[in-house]
Parts: sequence; structure tokens; C-alpha cells
Amino acid sequence: MFLLKLALRNITHAGLRTWLNVIVLSLAFVSIVLTEGLYDGMSEQVRDAEIDSNVGGGQFWQKKYDPFDPFSFEISHSEIPSDLNKEIERGNASPVLIVSAAIFPRHIIQSVRLKGIDPDQKIVNLPASILKEHSDTTSIPGFIGFRMAKSAGLHAGDYVSARWRNIKGTFDAGDIKIIKVIDINSPLIDKDQIWVPLEKLRKIMQAPGQASIIIVHKGITKIHTSSRDWVFKDRNFLLKDLNENINRKKVYSTFFYVILIGMALLAVFDTQVLSIFKRRKEMGTLMALGMTKWNVIVLFAIEGCLAGILAFIAGSLYGFPLLSYLANKGIILPRMIQQSQFAIGLTLYPKYGLRLYIVTSLILFVSVIVVSFLPTRRITKLKPTDALRGK
Amino acid sequence: MIDSKIIEVNNLIKDYSMGKQFFRALNGVNLSVNTGDFCGLVGPSGSGKTTLLNIIGALDNPTGGDAIVMDKSVNSLNHKEAAKLRNESIGFIFQTYNLLPVYTVFENVEFPLLLLKKNKTEREESVMRALEWVGLTDKANSKPNQLSGGESQRVAVARAMVKIPRIVLADEPTANLDAANSHNILKTMQRLNLELKTTFIFATHDEKVIGYLRRKVMLNDGKVIDDINLS
Ligand SMILES: Nc1ncnc2c1ncn2[C@@H]1O[C@H](COP(=O)(O)OP(=O)(O)OP(=O)(O)O)[C@@H](O)[C@H]1O
Ligand SMILES: [Mg+2]
Repeated sequence: MFLLKLALRNITHAGLRTWLNVIVLSLAFVSIVLTEGLYDGMSEQVRDAEIDSNVGGGQFWQKKYDPFDPFSFEISHSEIPSDLNKEIERGNASPVLIVSAAIFPRHIIQSVRLKGIDPDQKIVNLPASILKEHSDTTSIPGFIGFRMAKSAGLHAGDYVSARWRNIKGTFDAGDIKIIKVIDINSPLIDKDQIWVPLEKLRKIMQAPGQASIIIVHKGITKIHTSSRDWVFKDRNFLLKDLNENINRKKVYSTFFYVILIGMALLAVFDTQVLSIFKRRKEMGTLMALGMTKWNVIVLFAIEGCLAGILAFIAGSLYGFPLLSYLANKGIILPRMIQQSQFAIGLTLYPKYGLRLYIVTSLILFVSVIVVSFLPTRRITKLKPTDALRGK
Repeated sequence: MIDSKIIEVNNLIKDYSMGKQFFRALNGVNLSVNTGDFCGLVGPSGSGKTTLLNIIGALDNPTGGDAIVMDKSVNSLNHKEAAKLRNESIGFIFQTYNLLPVYTVFENVEFPLLLLKKNKTEREESVMRALEWVGLTDKANSKPNQLSGGESQRVAVARAMVKIPRIVLADEPTANLDAANSHNILKTMQRLNLELKTTFIFATHDEKVIGYLRRKVMLNDGKVIDDINLS
């Protein structure tokens, strides 16, 4: 207790040296919480966006459907079994028909997927209802995401000719009018894809009542079908790639974390080592005045740790308002990042869990204690008489 | 109490190792000091004055022989006991004052009392009394870097005296002071010696100090070569 009081007095009297340390440490603390919070917020937003716009509560796949094999699309659709049809009528699910097609924007052939979606669907967060605005019967209305628009050079209002093969194997062609280019968060349902009205697609494919996948409402995680032609893929399965991707990126953020903590600790370590050289005479004096070596060691170690505690307090004082402001207002992202492979909204909302806060403080505390203590061990080798001479 | 032995040094030897060789800084010193003495270790530079003071103050261990300070052999003290002895019974005054730079004058003088776990009112009274002794009550809130050399050394005297120790060890206390300040300090210490019966041992070659001593122990090459009673 006495040593704590002394240490507190020492560091509050030491002025700049202390405050520099406190500032560096607290900056590290706040930046770590912020970056981790950003990362967690981003991951959650990405997952949510993926669920909202694509995954839903899971999907039924026609048993031959393989999203990575465009050649399978010709055979990977079939009629929707009646039990699933009931769920669709109840508004618990929505079918999507997926077929391969070729389009010719700028006179270059490009393979795409035509995805038939019910314009009245309320299952996924896609503005399918805009497809109803189209009255022209000579062309097929469609909407695309901004990634697709960019890669094909398409704009709203453009017509693009498309060619496909119906289920009888006959080639057929027609024009698609791009009604709108929309901000689709998930690249999985954007790249090389054109969304068209389900019934229209069924008609041109001559595949009435058929679908390739059936997306279940995100509030419902399990719907049963007795049909053996349809396999339920749950959320974990559908988000597997995304989660892996997130975890892979997490390594970078951990790297950043380590660097920040390292820098902060270096500052503390530096002060401690410097103190032990610069304050040798003081140590000698303290011992002459009746402190034991052990007292002196503990005193100096406490001084180092107090910097950590002060940093924690300071960091909380300015960090808490700052971090919660950012969490509420969000951070507006430049377009460049939006176009990355992650599906994120325009605004990023950092998310700080209690766990993040506690873990970060604990890691910082423990390392500050270790770093404060390490150099002070040298004091044990110090002879008071040498210390007094300042050597 | 007066004339009772407070320090007894028997055949004290101190070697400093210098790589493979060693250097004998004290070579069989015998000395006894009585309570209330105002004595000086006088000798040329390198004669072993500081070394002897440090051993008496339990800051250093002898190579051979022993020093009995207040009935305790410094050889037998462990770190903790040595610190306790210094804390309770010994005040140090250094040539370079050694004030704690981040503390005020008041806090510097208060420090030994904190170590002794005295309560707040007791500390305040003792500190103000000690600052009165050295005539620095008006500087209580100054920082050491705002003080002159003479003032700094008076603070150091107050710090050494505040707990009214049995023994004060002063190593060249006037070496950095001008004549007026030296006399001022020495008069203060002389007065405290008479009033409080504190035993003072100086290490010095300053003639001004020698003028105040009641006993002069001459050291040369780590040996006592003369012991003169001046009173
Ligand atoms: N730590 C040390 N290592 C090696 N030699 C030392 C050490 N401390 C002192 N000495 C040597 O021991 C001898 C006595 O030193 P001491 O400091 O006791 O002398 P002193 O009488 O106090 O001299 P001064 O008047 O210059 O202060 C000197 O020759 C010094 O070089
Ligand atoms: Mg000396």
C-alpha cells in the first residue's frame, strides 16, 4: 500500500515521461478495440448481408445442383415437390431457377447465369419487384449488381442480347433489358449473373413449375420435404466459405493487434530500462533512506504498471465516447473496399463485445506488468554504494 | 547515555576486486565512537573515508573484521535488517544532496517518516520542525531544482534529522558549498548534535568542517593513523 502510494506519487510527479507512456498505451488500447471492433462488426455485417440477400434460413438444392459447375445447370432443375410448394405459398420460401446463358455485351461473348426470381418474393433482400415495372413483351426485364455492370459494361436501360438452350436442348435467343443496376452486397449473387422474372425464365426454358434452389425465409431454419430430389443445405454449409475467408483475414487483424501491443509495450519497456539507468542514484538514495532492494524493485514495477492502469482509464475516458459514436454512426466506406470480395454495406458499424474489451485489457495489463517487471530485475544486482555514486 | 559506545569497528578490511586483482581500501581499521560524538574521518582522497562510512551505514559489507553499530554486527545483517537499521537509526547526508527530484522539499523530508509508517499528523509536525531547524519552512513547497546548493544541503540535513536518528553519516557535506553556506550547515548540525544528542560522523578533508569537529580521526591508505580529541 505504501509502495503503491509512493509509485503513484512518483508517476504523477514525473510529468511528461508518464503522460507520453500513458498516451501511447491508451492509443494502442483504443486502436486495438477499434480495429477488432471494426473487424467483428464487418464480419457480422458481411454474414448478415449474406443471409439477408442470399442464404436466408438455408436452401433446398435440387440434388444435381452444383453452384461451381455451370454445366450442371442444364440438368439441375426440376419440379418443386408439393410439400415445398405449400411452404412457398405460405411465404416461408421462394424458388429460384438458375440456367446458363451467353450474353453479347460490346460484341464479346460472356457466360452468365440467368436467375429467375419471383418478383413478389419477400424472402431475400433483393428488389425483385422492379421487374414488374417492365411492360414491353419483346424483351426480358432484368436487374444486375454493380460488379456485373462493371464487368459487362452494362448500364440501366441497356439492352443486351442473350442466348440459351431450353430443356429440350434447342438454342434460343432474346434481348434482356437492364432495368436497374443495384447495390448487391454479396458478390456471390452479383458476379456474372442477371436476375430475371421467374415465370418468364420458366417459359423461355419450357420448364414450368421448376426451380434449381428454394431459399427458405431467414427466420425459419428447417423445413422438411419428403422428396429425395431436394437436399436441404443449412446456413453453416452455405456460409462455410465466407466464414473461412473471414477467419483467414482475421490473421491480418491479429498481426495488427500484435504490432500495436508490441509498440505500446516497447514504450513501457523503454521507460523502465531508461529509468533504471537514469534513476540509479535515486535508487541508491532510497536504499540509504531505508528501503530494501525488493521495495525498490516493487516500487519501480508498480510505477510501470500504473502507467498501464492510467492508460486504461484515459483510454476509457476518451475511447468510450469515440468508440460508441463510431458504433452508432458507423464508418462510411470508400467504394473500393465495397467492391472487394466481401459483402458489406456502404456503412460499417464496429461492434465491441464485452469479451473484446476484457480480453484486450487483460492482455495489455499482463504484458505491461511483465514488461514493467523484467528490467527491474537488474536492480537486484545493483550495489547500493555503486548506485549512490550514480554508476 | 553519553559516552556509551554506539559504534565499534574492529580490524575492518575492505577489498575491491579490480578484475583479477583486488584493491585494499580499508586495511585493518579500529575505531570506536561514543553516543553524541561529533567526529570526522579526515584524510586525503582515496584514503577510505567513504568506504568506512558506507560499511558503518550497512550499505556495504566488509571483507574482513566487523563493525558493531548499536550492538548489531553489520556482517550479520541481511538486506532487510540492514534496511531497517538505516531506516530507524541512521541518517545519511551526501556530497551531492541526493534529493528526490520529483518531490517537493516537504515530501523529501517526509520520505523517511513514510518509510517508518508514521501517521499524517505526526509526519507534518516532524517535517515542519525539521524544516525550522534548517530555516527552510518557507521553501516547503519548492522542488529541488528551484533550490540553491546551500538550501538543497539544508533540506538533506532536515531529511536526515527528521526522524531524529541515533547516528548521522555525512559524506563531504560541504564539498559543493561556499564558505557561508558551509558554516551555516555546520552550525545547524552542531546545534542539533548538542540538542538531540545525535552522533555525527563526517567524512571530509574540508578545513571548515574540521574546525567544528570535536574529534578528528585521521585516515591514510585505509588505516587510522591518528585520533585527536579537539574538545
Ligand atoms: N567500487 C569500487 N571499486 C573499486 N575500487 C573502489 C571502489 N570504491 C572505492 N574504491 C577505491 O577505494 C579507495 C577508497 O575509496 P573511498 O571512496 O573510500 O575514498 P575517500 O577517502 O572517500 O576519497 P574521496 O575523499 O576522494 O572521497 C579508493 O582508492 C577508490 O579508488
Ligand atoms: Mg569519499
